[in-house]
Amino acid sequence: MALTILAVDDSRTIRDLLKLALTREGIVLHMAEDGASALSLLQDLTPDAIISDINMPNLDGFGFIEAVRRQEKFRTVPILVLTTEAAPELRARARAAGATGWIVKPFDTPKLVRALHMVVGRVD
Amino acid sequence: MPNNPLAEIRAGFFAECEELLETLHDSIAALNVEAPDADLINTIFRAVHSIKGGAAAFGYERLVDFAHRYEGVLGGLRTDHSLITESMRLMLMQASDALEDHVESARGATSPPTEGDSILAELQMQLGQVRDQHDQDDFFYQPVALDLSTLGVETAAWQVVFAPQGSLYSNGNEPLFLLRALRTLGATDICCLTEGLDSGLAEFDPMQPALSWRLSLPAEIVEADIREVFEFVDGLCVLTISRQPRPDPWIESATIEVIQPSPEANPAPSPRQKTDTIPIVRVDLERVDRLMNLVGELVINQAMLAQSVADAGIAPNSPVMTGLEAFTKLTREVQDSVMMIRAQPVKPLFLRMSRLVREAAISTGKQIQLITIGEATEVDKTVIERLTDPLTHMIRNAIDHGIEPPAMRLAAGKHACGTITLKAQHRSGRLMIELRDDGAGIDRAKVMRIAISRGLIAGDSPQNENEIDNLLFMPGFSTANSISPLSGRGVGLDVVRLAIHGLGGRVSIQSQPGEGTVFTISLPLTLAVLDGMIVRVADQTLVIPLSSILETAALEPNDVRAIGSGLSVLELRGGFLPLFDLGVELGFRAPIRHDDGGIVLLTRHEDESRSALIVDTIVEQRQVVIKGLHRNYGHIHGISAATILGNGQVALIVDPTDLLSRPPLPPSDMAIAG
Repeated sequence: MALTILAVDDSRTIRDLLKLALTREGIVLHMAEDGASALSLLQDLTPDAIISDINMPNLDGFGFIEAVRRQEKFRTVPILVLTTEAAPELRARARAAGATGWIVKPFDTPKLVRALHMVVGRVD
Repeated sequence: MPNNPLAEIRAGFFAECEELLETLHDSIAALNVEAPDADLINTIFRAVHSIKGGAAAFGYERLVDFAHRYEGVLGGLRTDHSLITESMRLMLMQASDALEDHVESARGATSPPTEGDSILAELQMQLGQVRDQHDQDDFFYQPVALDLSTLGVETAAWQVVFAPQGSLYSNGNEPLFLLRALRTLGATDICCLTEGLDSGLAEFDPMQPALSWRLSLPAEIVEADIREVFEFVDGLCVLTISRQPRPDPWIESATIEVIQPSPEANPAPSPRQKTDTIPIVRVDLERVDRLMNLVGELVINQAMLAQSVADAGIAPNSPVMTGLEAFTKLTREVQDSVMMIRAQPVKPLFLRMSRLVREAAISTGKQIQLITIGEATEVDKTVIERLTDPLTHMIRNAIDHGIEPPAMRLAAGKHACGTITLKAQHRSGRLMIELRDDGAGIDRAKVMRIAISRGLIAGDSPQNENEIDNLLFMPGFSTANSISPLSGRGVGLDVVRLAIHGLGGRVSIQSQPGEGTVFTISLPLTLAVLDGMIVRVADQTLVIPLSSILETAALEPNDVRAIGSGLSVLELRGGFLPLFDLGVELGFRAPIRHDDGGIVLLTRHEDESRSALIVDTIVEQRQVVIKGLHRNYGHIHGISAATILGNGQVALIVDPTDLLSRPPLPPSDMAIAG
């Protein structure tokens, strides 16, 4: 079964990069450009993992993650945040909101894919 | 400390010596001096030879020297059985005792015994042997200190203790996935710690994590790689990563009974006390086998029960079905666990070989590198254990007879350094081990000359290249111009073949003069189950290993082309494949016309060739338990084993490679020298 991932980022460039990197791995990618539209997508979608930016209009990453975690069916879904720098306080806030891990932008594709596979337990 | 590869190998050598000495004593005791059994004398000879070979690898000079001289005596007896008398048998016993003392002295680093020398001298005199020149002049062994850095192994394995906190789970992390990621770094020994559950059910808080894990990882892993796995859970768990002296996981995983030295209980050091006592896993193989068999029965039983329940038309959500599902799952887990006791990576075996190559390169003055591929390939422990001797012999042969001295290699336009490649892989449900050298290849003219001069074949019998190469597997065959301390007196390839056959395997040689020789060993994984396709043909139910089936197709009579003498080929997508009727090949029916179709299985063989097998119908695909037939029926052409199906019916498991191969050459075991 192909992995299904929801990626949320307001930057088209980042979305394109994610699309390029992940679809090449055979991952089924759904995308949203802000937290609010991502939440509405999740009404009909149960991804294996979620990748989310932090700074976004219409519900930022922290709020989005908190809202996702409050839902019973997403209590244990792995959520990775995309942060621009490895700022420890951003990570701490993301973690407090319920994030599983983080990816530092500009992301390194193999590392992103490896991290994704690890958090969903798809390790060869 | 015993926690390094060298100490493990050394401990393994002494354990092996104990077995060999036992064999030696038993065989000498069983020797009938009136009519000595050639096989028994060969067994005696090889036991001493094996001890010598191992001792040489560790630089136990005195032991090697004694074993070498003893071997010389036995070599004399091997060529002339009439020399064996009752008094000589007693002397052989004494010499074996002396050999045992030498082994113990090597183990305990004590001064070697001397009484054995006079026995050997007496034996040599009785046999009319002049003292072997090797003993005096050119046989010496230069011990070489083992440089662990060349193994790329530090002495201490990593120990990781990992205790998740509740927040780890609530943030979407999963310990199982972290452990899985760790396993990609290397063989990981995982122990789940359940102290958190000890307080009992009353105290148990399901919302709080109760489990933690202790892991042992190979020493060569870089710490940063371990840390990276735990990057996301840093702060959400208690994590310690340290280098701990711990036995390597493959040793421990085999341990059933842990033998610990107990100084209080054993105040007087016994002569057998081990200097390198590591928690060794000494399992009586029979017990493991019995467990394996019982689990096999359990699986069959469970399949039969499932069938009865299905036939009884019980509702899927009934308690019976729920219970049966749980039972099925448990059975599967028990089966996997039992397999794991026996499945081990071939790495320790390969490690042993790399040391052998280094030592042998020094003692022969040749330059040799060993490349090992597929060290993580897992196979039944018995297979690994019983491969040590054959592989040792084969590598020594490759070094002694295959790889040329540097000057000769340069003259032939090769690199001065010879290469031996040792490769393990799973293919078609079997373990394939390939030993390749880039040496001179087999000198077939010389092989023929020697075989004729030894009376192994008649002078005028024509032999093709493959048959000539296979003469190397005859007992007593040795092409070395002089006896070498390394590969000895022609013990070698016959042992290899017998040992491989004993495991239900095959060994073949391919040689290109000037370019080198490739030995290919093919072994069953002997893991007691197999994924098979159940087929019907000529009213028989048979199992074909799924691993050898590439695809299945309906048989179109128009695609069959007869090519004379009863043979036909199948035209498939523009190519042609040899076509066989499984029922005919196994003698279940006479050749028939397949006008009304049937099914063809496209099978792939170990040599990558393909063929098409006609069957009547495919019943299903399922896992079957292998029941060996060798013990009761010997080798049956085309059949590897049998199984019992869910309905209690016995079905034969087909070995397509064996079935479609030419019947093997008759065993040459009868040609024992002397």
